[in-house]
Amino acid sequence: MQFGIFTVGDVTTDPTTGRTPTEAERIKAMVTIAQKAEEVGLDVFATGEHHNPPFVPSSPTTMLGYIAAKTDRLLLSTSTTLITTNDPVKIAEDYAMLQHLADGRVDLMMGRGNTGPVYPWFGKDITKGIELAVENYDLLRRLWREDVVDWQGTYRTPLRGFTSTPRPLDGVPPFVWHGSIRSPEIAEQAAYYGDGFFANHIFWPKAHFQRLIELYRTRFEHYGHGSADQAIVGLGGQVFMRKNSQDAVSEFRPYFDHAPVYGYGPSLEDFTEMTPLTVGSPAEVIEKTLKFRDYFGDYQRQLFLMDHAGLPLKTVLEQLDLLGEQVVPVLRKEFDALRPSHMPDGPTHAGLRAAAERAAADQRARELEAAGNAS
Amino acid sequence: MTTFTVAVVSAGLGQPSSTRLLADQLAGAVRTAVAGRGDRVEVITLELRELAHDITDNLLTGFPSVALHSALDAVGSADAAIAVTPVFSGSYSGLFKSFFDVLDRDALVGTPVLLAATGGSARHSLVLDYAMRPLLSYLKADIVPTGVFAATADFGSDEAGRSLADRVHRAAGELVARLSPSAVRTVDGLDGDLGPGPERNPRAARSDPFENLVPFEQLLARR
Repeated sequence: MQFGIFTVGDVTTDPTTGRTPTEAERIKAMVTIAQKAEEVGLDVFATGEHHNPPFVPSSPTTMLGYIAAKTDRLLLSTSTTLITTNDPVKIAEDYAMLQHLADGRVDLMMGRGNTGPVYPWFGKDITKGIELAVENYDLLRRLWREDVVDWQGTYRTPLRGFTSTPRPLDGVPPFVWHGSIRSPEIAEQAAYYGDGFFANHIFWPKAHFQRLIELYRTRFEHYGHGSADQAIVGLGGQVFMRKNSQDAVSEFRPYFDHAPVYGYGPSLEDFTEMTPLTVGSPAEVIEKTLKFRDYFGDYQRQLFLMDHAGLPLKTVLEQLDLLGEQVVPVLRKEFDALRPSHMPDGPTHAGLRAAAERAAADQRARELEAAGNAS
Repeated sequence: MTTFTVAVVSAGLGQPSSTRLLADQLAGAVRTAVAGRGDRVEVITLELRELAHDITDNLLTGFPSVALHSALDAVGSADAAIAVTPVFSGSYSGLFKSFFDVLDRDALVGTPVLLAATGGSARHSLVLDYAMRPLLSYLKADIVPTGVFAATADFGSDEAGRSLADRVHRAAGELVARLSPSAVRTVDGLDGDLGPGPERNPRAARSDPFENLVPFEQLLARR
């Protein structure tokens, strides 16, 4: 099981001080947060991709490449990469390049963005969101898996004899997750390819996500990638902790009350009741996170949102200490003890490379056998 | 005998409210008319006042609370609906509109809906046709021809009161006329207007994307 953090990269005024970080401060803070994630023993850092203020991470591979140089073990990912409006050729190139620089510590999560105008900004038609996700991703897969690609589609200029460069590290493309908060089509897409499905359920009640994940698992099995319980699932989470539960609530409340997305709406108490948000002691976070398994089955990756709503860097780093020291070690132990042995591990480059080598060896053995039978 | 469900959406804010009073009169008239032809009706009345915070929260967070979710479900699964609002600043109330803003866009497709409103004087009565009707048309509801407006005076004077009772009776009759047991709809293929084909039953067109999943090969081929 992999544990990590994902960031939206919002520049938000701290409601308790009225101070707004500069873009430079926020960008450097994200790097510091990623380094801290590795230091406290987390496995994954994922950054969002946005093309409008108040968000800063418009260029994820620039940031992840820099973080790759500053870390040794941390897996670098996205939350999400816009498969609709980015050119799939550029995604293929950028993330293969990052794979080489980061020695394979790269995967990515496909998504469709959180703002409508991003489509016209990049010359795309918002009414074709699903179609773009389907066509672009199918091309992206081919660019990583076929050395020379002839391709023609609807939403991009055709390719003749095109080779995306550099080729994926060790011939193994990065693992891909598909993130969706709404669309069954995306769960179906993830299942079809045997890719991972990430449900960022942090703003929504669980019933909707149970349906999405159940659909993904059922279809994963239908397409022959393994049994439904072996499908690769990732979940979001959102926590704020202090040693004493009441301290966590009183410190986080002003950030909650003014937060982008849900601020000025439901009370902190109602929201923690309805969604995965946990504000309390590390023990409460452990208890609530372990319940995710009851709702969604055994899963491979848990990402927490830790650094939004104007929380100062110092506070975020304290939160990561608590997460890394008091929460994740317990979750690892508990989840591992509960997980049946036929469950796949969280995806890594080494794991995918070993699987590819096994598949190639099997193929060679079959060919030898066929040749032997023929003679 | 068939049991129909009728959802009544009442956006009155006062307690007691004349909007609720009118809503109850309409629900009572529907009950009588349904009983008159030997069927039964279950009336679910939603006081939007009780859901006002939840509706605002839904606008801000994008998802409904448990209580609002069941209210939205009740409207979406009802056989017919009665929508009643007070007139505020020349139109339906903001709360009334907000409820329909968080209601699923397909929730009322083909559902018979009776429109009614209350106001201080009859000078506001065109709210039915200039504000409410376009909103419910957008939602593709099957709106009955008679809308019912009740001015404050209608609840008092004999003549006006009788006239209101007549309008309530007529509108309720129009709503009930649209409540056809599905068995009746499907036995007679000649009955064009109420015919059985799914293409002629707009409510059947409502789709659950989970149950009507498009297999991925088709998504790939469709692009």
